[in-house]
Amino acid sequence: MAAEATHGGSEPNHARRFATIWIVVSLIATPLVVLFVGPIMPPGNGSAQASGHVTDNTVLIGMATPVLLLVLVYLIYAIVHFRAPKGGAGAVLEGPAISGDTRIQTTWIVVTSLLVLSLAVYGTVRLVEDGAGSGQGASPAWPASGKKLPVQVIAQEWAFTYRFPTYGGVETTHLVLPVNQTIELHVTSLDVIHSFWAYQLGVKADANPNVDNVVFVKPTKLQTFEVRCAELCGIWHGYMFDHGRVVRPAVFQVWIAEQQKRFAASKKYLPPYSTKYVPEPARRGG
Amino acid sequence: MSTAEALAPTPARRPLWRRLVGFNLLTAVIFGVAGYYIGWFIGHQIKGPSFEFQSETDENDVALMLAYLGGVIGFLVGLGFANYPISRMLGRPASLREKEHEGMGRYFGLCTDHKVVGIQYLVGIGVFFFIAGLNAMLIRTELLHPTPTTIGPNQYLSLVGMHGAMMMGMMTSGILGPFANYFVPIMIGARRMAFPRIEALTFWLLMAAGFILTSTIFFGGFPTGWTGYEPLNEQAVMGMDSYICFFALVGLSMMLLGLNMIATIVAHRAPGMTWSRLPIFVWSVLATAVLMVLSAPMLIGALLMAAFDRTINTSFFVVSSGGSPYLFENLFWFFGHPEVYILALPGFGIVLELLPVFTRKPLWGYKLAISGMLGVTLLSFFVWQHHLFVSGINATLRPFYMLSTEIISIPTGFIFLCVMGTLWKARARFTVPMLFCMGWTFNFLIGGLSGVFLSDTPSDTDTHGSFFVMAHFHYTIMGGLIFTFFAAIYYWVPKMFGLKLNERLAKVHFWSLFLAFNSTFMPLFVLGMKGMPRRVSAYNPDLQGLNVWVSISAFVIGLSMLVFIANVVYSLIIVREPAEANPWHSKSLEWQLPTPVPVNNFDQIPTIDHDPYEYGTPLPPPRGAPGAVPAGG
Amino acid sequence: MGVLAKKLLGIGVGVVVAGVLIGLYVAGWATSFPKTVAAVSTRPVVGVSGTQLTLQTVAAIGPKYSPSNPDWVSYLVKEKGKWVHSTVFKVPANSIVHVTVLQYDGDSGLRNPFLSQVQGTLNGRETVDGKSIDAIDPEEASHTFAVPQLGVFIPLPGVPEEAKNQCEFAPCTLAQAHRTITFTFRTGKRGRYRWQCFVPCAAGWIDGNGGPMQTLGYMDGFLEVT
Repeated sequence: MAAEATHGGSEPNHARRFATIWIVVSLIATPLVVLFVGPIMPPGNGSAQASGHVTDNTVLIGMATPVLLLVLVYLIYAIVHFRAPKGGAGAVLEGPAISGDTRIQTTWIVVTSLLVLSLAVYGTVRLVEDGAGSGQGASPAWPASGKKLPVQVIAQEWAFTYRFPTYGGVETTHLVLPVNQTIELHVTSLDVIHSFWAYQLGVKADANPNVDNVVFVKPTKLQTFEVRCAELCGIWHGYMFDHGRVVRPAVFQVWIAEQQKRFAASKKYLPPYSTKYVPEPARRGG
Repeated sequence: MSTAEALAPTPARRPLWRRLVGFNLLTAVIFGVAGYYIGWFIGHQIKGPSFEFQSETDENDVALMLAYLGGVIGFLVGLGFANYPISRMLGRPASLREKEHEGMGRYFGLCTDHKVVGIQYLVGIGVFFFIAGLNAMLIRTELLHPTPTTIGPNQYLSLVGMHGAMMMGMMTSGILGPFANYFVPIMIGARRMAFPRIEALTFWLLMAAGFILTSTIFFGGFPTGWTGYEPLNEQAVMGMDSYICFFALVGLSMMLLGLNMIATIVAHRAPGMTWSRLPIFVWSVLATAVLMVLSAPMLIGALLMAAFDRTINTSFFVVSSGGSPYLFENLFWFFGHPEVYILALPGFGIVLELLPVFTRKPLWGYKLAISGMLGVTLLSFFVWQHHLFVSGINATLRPFYMLSTEIISIPTGFIFLCVMGTLWKARARFTVPMLFCMGWTFNFLIGGLSGVFLSDTPSDTDTHGSFFVMAHFHYTIMGGLIFTFFAAIYYWVPKMFGLKLNERLAKVHFWSLFLAFNSTFMPLFVLGMKGMPRRVSAYNPDLQGLNVWVSISAFVIGLSMLVFIANVVYSLIIVREPAEANPWHSKSLEWQLPTPVPVNNFDQIPTIDHDPYEYGTPLPPPRGAPGAVPAGG
Repeated sequence: MGVLAKKLLGIGVGVVVAGVLIGLYVAGWATSFPKTVAAVSTRPVVGVSGTQLTLQTVAAIGPKYSPSNPDWVSYLVKEKGKWVHSTVFKVPANSIVHVTVLQYDGDSGLRNPFLSQVQGTLNGRETVDGKSIDAIDPEEASHTFAVPQLGVFIPLPGVPEEAKNQCEFAPCTLAQAHRTITFTFRTGKRGRYRWQCFVPCAAGWIDGNGGPMQTLGYMDGFLEVT
């Protein structure tokens, strides 16, 4: 800020003072935020994808803190130091007619562009790693590697049901998943747009009719997770929730066998497993 | 002959009945009701294979759409909008004769004086703003409990939809309607807008639209929220048609408003008003107008398709007949994203326009601010799929939209740099408009930074469709636009009405609004990150404490608005203390005119020979020091 | 205060009065719920602690109960011997609820055939016209009574198409063609649970899911467990 001509030597060097305050506050706040706020950022560590989100959110909040402080500290500094002196009756005091500074503008453009581009690159890298728990459509561009357990999530007005194609296509009302195994979720809908949001697993995928939305998740600890619908689907949208569990693989085998036995009566009526369903008819007649 | 003049009878006032008969609001309402019933009747006479389900559903969407259409046409004809085209078709000369009317009646009908339209907008939008605000109060009352207890689930969704749709539809023209209509011609040194009758039309279309939206409660409300997603849209009862008609009319109003602004700014500038001497507010209006003209037609197209699906059994969005809900999502958000920049840009313009006045310095980085606004305008068409990150779109598209959304924060950052630069070494006076500008800076900062979280796809996976998004857009739209809306009101009321608003009440309004606003919406970030979806009336009971806090803060926002209304009633109706000619000591063109501003603005069109922000003591001439400031930034 | 100010104040007062009246109307509209009907205690009747809820489903509610939507399919509930058009029921917590449904509507077919199996009852079965079954043919489903939060999903088979003496409008009498379905489930903690029909039975609507399927008082309701 050496470009501004000073109005006599008594005026303090605002640029230096402000920069010092900002740097000091940022150096204190940013590590505090990263160390203490970061780990408690949602959605927790229920799955590999969720842990990835915690890291992403920590990076984002770590980069946002100095930016937030820059503007906030500046605002406070300006409100305190750059105000018209009180009791200024009569003529209005004018400030210096500074209308721009190419150096500052260029620096700002370059720094903000770098910040933003690096965030975009970082986000892309995280996305490519394992899909980051988000619905990738019918042909996922970044599938998870290794053996995957396919599970279908069927959303309908207004409940989620789940089908396991590798276990005879059995359909259940609650979701139980084995821990430490990659799950390939196929999310679809029977009527309107819903959204499958497994909060602790860091998974969200819209359920569209006649669309297979694939999302990968690897639960990493035993837990109960909350499933909520995240896209307005009608009167009971808020009530469209469920609780799922992540259990040990042996417990999962027992559970699924029990479900197959329990729902044997409806088995003969279920349509063959498909990634999409378009139930007929389109419009109910009387 | 002085005696003859003294004895000449004063012209008699026309009798009341003569004033009531003619093309005015009363006639408009009568014609509107007639048009409504004509459309309703025609709709019920239409029979055919497409309509065989009406007897089972007890709904006739065709009749309601035609009724609304008839009502709007009748309303506009009754106001007198058909008179001028018909008179021109009959060969009568062009004129702006409606401008010559006098008295309060001008404000209740078709008036081609842009200043009258500006005040009509201010009051009209204000009314719908408060209606939508009351809807929000009802919503927050329901959210005090984790299960639906006060408000039925159907009505709750309709309230959510009405609040969102009314705010989005009305506040899109929130700054452009009142303030751009009133002040842009004056700021550029013109006598009028390019198309004064279209200007009046945009206002009355908006009022008709608002009325149609409120009538949805008579037809069962609508369950889709303001985004109107298919296929839920198609399944909904007749109240959905109110939403469709409302938004189509709003889109039409937006398009025409934008068209008018562009034509005026391009063609009606005074001599010497070059592009680099245009006030920054006018630049922001121009950028907003471009967005309006280009994006509103997409909305109207999408809504037309939805209307056809609901009435004549087309299947644009019906999956079992080959349609796709993705089509609606994409069409809607192609409009929807520029729409939110239509809401943000005028706010930028107001803040940058007001800051030089209250800091007594020229606007810092004038060209940077313009490039920021134009950059936002251009980029806003390339980011819309960030609303669809988890919806199952082609996954390889997402990094591109993540990049474009991140990039759009760069031109937005320019605005902040200009704000900060203008504050540097200022002699700031913290009047009420200045306080609202400072509030804007804080709120939009938070809103903008939360947008960076949402633009990052992995982070968006957790926060999409949750209260985090709600907090983000309330910070940018309410904390941004609405704060500048009030800044503009407090700034320009002395000019528009020649009256003073009570300063103490104004300061109470600002502080209570600012504190209550942050208390309401900051916890919503937390609620979203704790897993509460949007548009729900049933939520995880663990979150009840936070929700109660938010609701109480929201009620305080409502109280602060009551303070504002009390100020308006007290100062503008009861006390009516005249304001000074230029209370803010602004050098802008509108403050150099007398109050009230004459009908044709300028006696003589001025010739502009200076930059718009000639504030501040000039700096000492450069002494050869390195990095000396070039004048004009 | 000048003439103009008086005029403005007059207009303002008029607007405020109109606004308050409109506001009261809107508040009334927003807070209207169907009447809450309490289930009847069965102790005097059966000698087992619990409550009895008697419901009826009709193909068209009729102009008497719903002048604006006479053709909408609906549930009704019996209160003190009379049929009430409501879907909000009150039952005690931690108790057994016996439900009798008089099904007067024809079949529409389940959208998800999985829900053709009885879930959440005490014995995993329901009794239809005297016969105990655990699943129905999904094509024959007319409605369901489902409380997802309690895991209760009860498919209700419909009256066959060729049955004689079918009921046109509510209330229907026992002389008209119907099926009698009974089931029993247990309630747990207190709360406000929702229940719904899962069969797309709304005639004339896309997917059969519009209109009555999405409106409280017809095919959706609350179960107040107190």
